[in-house]
Amino acid sequence: MTDIPYTPAARRIRWSVLADHAVLIAGSLFLLIPLLVMLQTTTTTDLETIKYGPQLAIGDQLDDNFRAAMFKASGFSGQNTGLSMLINSTILGLGFALGKIVIGMMAAYALVYFRMRFATLAFWLIFTTLLLPLEVRILPSYEIAQKLNLLNSYTGLILPLIASATATFFFRQFFRAVPEELVEAARIDGAGPVRFFIDVLVPLSRTMIAAMFIIMFVFGWNQYLWPTMITTEEGMYTLVRGIKQLTQDLEGTNIPEYGRANMLALIAILPPVAVVIFFQSWFVKGLTESDK
Amino acid sequence: MAQVSLNNIRKIYPNGVEAVQQTSFDIADGEFLVLVGPSGCGKSTLLRMIAGLEDITEGELRIGDRVVNHVDPADRDIAMVFQNYALYPHMTVRRNIGYGLKNRKTPADVIAAKVREAAEMLNLTDYLDRKPSQLSGGQRQRVAMGRAVVRDPSLFLFDEPLSNLDAKLRHQMRIEIKALQRRLGVTSVYVTHDQVEAMTMADKIIVLNAGRIEQIGTPSEIYHNPASTFVASFMGAPPMNLLDARFEAGQVRINGGTPLLPASGSGPVTVGIRPEDAELTPEGPLGFDIQIVEELGGHRLLHGQLADQPFTLHVGKEVEARPGAARVNLRPEALRLFDKTTGQAL
Amino acid sequence: MKRAGFTTRWLPILLLLPQLSIIAIFFYWPAAHAVHSSFYLADPFGFGATYVGVDNYADLAGSSEYLKVARFTLIFTLLVTFFSLALALLLAVKADNIIRGAKSYRTLLMWVYAVAPPVAGFIGLIMFNQSWGPLTEAARAIGWDFKLGVNFNDTATAMVLVAVWKQVPVNFIFFLSGLQSIPKPVREAALIDNRSARGRFWDVTFPLLAPTGFFLLIINITYALFDTFGVIDTMVKGEPGNNPMTLVYKVYVDGFRGNDMGGSSAQSVILMLLVLALTIFQFRLIERRIHYT
Repeated sequence: MTDIPYTPAARRIRWSVLADHAVLIAGSLFLLIPLLVMLQTTTTTDLETIKYGPQLAIGDQLDDNFRAAMFKASGFSGQNTGLSMLINSTILGLGFALGKIVIGMMAAYALVYFRMRFATLAFWLIFTTLLLPLEVRILPSYEIAQKLNLLNSYTGLILPLIASATATFFFRQFFRAVPEELVEAARIDGAGPVRFFIDVLVPLSRTMIAAMFIIMFVFGWNQYLWPTMITTEEGMYTLVRGIKQLTQDLEGTNIPEYGRANMLALIAILPPVAVVIFFQSWFVKGLTESDK
Repeated sequence: MAQVSLNNIRKIYPNGVEAVQQTSFDIADGEFLVLVGPSGCGKSTLLRMIAGLEDITEGELRIGDRVVNHVDPADRDIAMVFQNYALYPHMTVRRNIGYGLKNRKTPADVIAAKVREAAEMLNLTDYLDRKPSQLSGGQRQRVAMGRAVVRDPSLFLFDEPLSNLDAKLRHQMRIEIKALQRRLGVTSVYVTHDQVEAMTMADKIIVLNAGRIEQIGTPSEIYHNPASTFVASFMGAPPMNLLDARFEAGQVRINGGTPLLPASGSGPVTVGIRPEDAELTPEGPLGFDIQIVEELGGHRLLHGQLADQPFTLHVGKEVEARPGAARVNLRPEALRLFDKTTGQAL
Repeated sequence: MKRAGFTTRWLPILLLLPQLSIIAIFFYWPAAHAVHSSFYLADPFGFGATYVGVDNYADLAGSSEYLKVARFTLIFTLLVTFFSLALALLLAVKADNIIRGAKSYRTLLMWVYAVAPPVAGFIGLIMFNQSWGPLTEAARAIGWDFKLGVNFNDTATAMVLVAVWKQVPVNFIFFLSGLQSIPKPVREAALIDNRSARGRFWDVTFPLLAPTGFFLLIINITYALFDTFGVIDTMVKGEPGNNPMTLVYKVYVDGFRGNDMGGSSAQSVILMLLVLALTIFQFRLIERRIHYT
């Protein structure tokens, strides 16, 4: 008992805390530096970037590059300015999130709170969709969208993306965890299914709806493959879809517009990143609880 | 085994909250000390400082003859039983109990023997290969005990170990823990908010309130001679009756009525009396308006008003009582006086 | 199903209708279509298709190019999964140790989650720009003449790096929340039982993180297989050429660019089976994983 060495725990802990901070700072920089490089090139002229590469100094071209990114169009039609792509991205993000949540909540409510025939069949039909990502059935989906005349339309952009049951699955889990007594009490209080849904279930799910909305908005905004296939008119491009065109623009010209291109990439990053950072706790909760 | 001494120990959290005010006391070798108090009184913080899970802001902590302020928990030669047992969910009972030994480089055959011995002592032999999730609450509690016992530490620490058990099991485990501690003779510090546990298990009790020690004493001292109105009302169920009274002409009187006992002083005073120290008698000097009779089988509790102040009386099962007017006598030798403003015993 | 469920007949049907019709049109129809056309050879001029049985599959099995892509996909998936899990675990463990500034680190380490894969690929292009990219210059400094889009291995390295960069935050979030859900008393018990921090990590923390780890393993494999499409498409600048590509990317290239509907559909079906196998594997893991509570 007396031969245990005296260890000055306090000092040792301080060193290990320093090491922890060092690792975390290195990790943060690993993630952050590319963004800073991009940011720097948007403040200088393209000639400077081509000549010297990204520098430490911040230039004065931010305003010009921003204006070029927002209002100058790439491509032939002159329709896909940053602004129009920003609008399309917003429509896609919001429409996708809204559609997914409304449809998902309705279906989950039906599955959890109603006695009906074929409930099991409906359940399996819906949840099989979790198995196959859109990427593996992309071509037939495209052909069907073509048949239904949905190319270059917001409907064609958003609806096929909603055809998977992530939100439904999530809300089903959440509803099942709602105490049984609640629906019993509501029924004794004379609430019908619609009243119960609006007065009890929706208010109860507020945080979950918010969390889902954030996750789905980011997911929708960041869609790439499907928008690439379904939108051929430049006026319908989203920011993320427009990235491909940017890379091609940088290839073809003598003086590539790095400032404008990087600014557009930053504009494509900013809204989803802002949403995730701003609503961090909801977002993390929604993300980590959706796997249970 | 070891003696533990706390010398001017203080805890201030980084946010400025003083969880434990300057505190000093000793725990004798082999003693069972209970720290009791309402939640937030600092009793757990105190225990966790002894365990090394919480830094000590000021003062000196000795276990045996070592100052351990900066010693790692694993090197303090202590064992701890946690409120939610804190069993390792992925290890079997056998590995849970033996884990601390394994880390101390104990040979495998010694570990096996010690685990077997502890399991026998705690009736766990049949469960050694199960995971904690396959055990009942009481069995988990026993595994937590086994993990502590097997290490042969010089100090046991208990952090509300029985609060998650149902009443019957709690009663049983209370006796088992006490018997085990007697048998092993290990110095123990036990934290609880349950005054019954404190009374029944302790050799010595420390009552804490708002980060401060209210009283240190044996269970009997604490019960019969509470140092303050806080201790008087916290310890004992039902608590001590506390009545507003005054010093008048060398006597303590309630509402200027019958003299209760001779005492010198002036102004208001608080009179305390345990419910079992008053008797129901037609000749009693004080009127008692019985409102509720609580039937408890072996005895009855009569709740009502004495001189317009709430009062509870404990009577044996042979005493008949029904709501209505009655008369009581307060045994003068059982009366305790407290300062009206500070609450301290006079 | 709740015990006291409503018995209204028409309402649940009405509620389910939107979901069911969308998945019928945009999930079941295309999936069936893919399986169907994988057995046909489409006429390149659009005059119908001929039934060819399993020829499309046999062609794939015999195609050295397909096998090469499959091999690259395997290596790519292994590397991306391993590095993004390992890095995220390291960061999560450190972030969990920290008390002061924990929230700032969480923000700094998770924002990349919201960056779209093709944008991540675009950032990769900038960082690896042939004439002035900071990473190209760094590689040159250690004598590595990095040629993105020209040298197969260089391009593959850059793709892995970008894919890992993009995936670390998700894993970080899950690992951190997994760490934080380990009961504090269990960690404190370990503190008393084991003086070595490394020992505590491997004996207690790591096994308790295993369920999160298994879940993330599947998520990361799925990510590397499918969600990196945007990274790859951007980094090869839409010109596959001799550049590395994954199986999903090949489905797209053959079907959309090469107009080989049958072959592309057969590839889709193979991928569907792959996902199915992964999902079944995942369910079995979840079934078998110890329920700790």
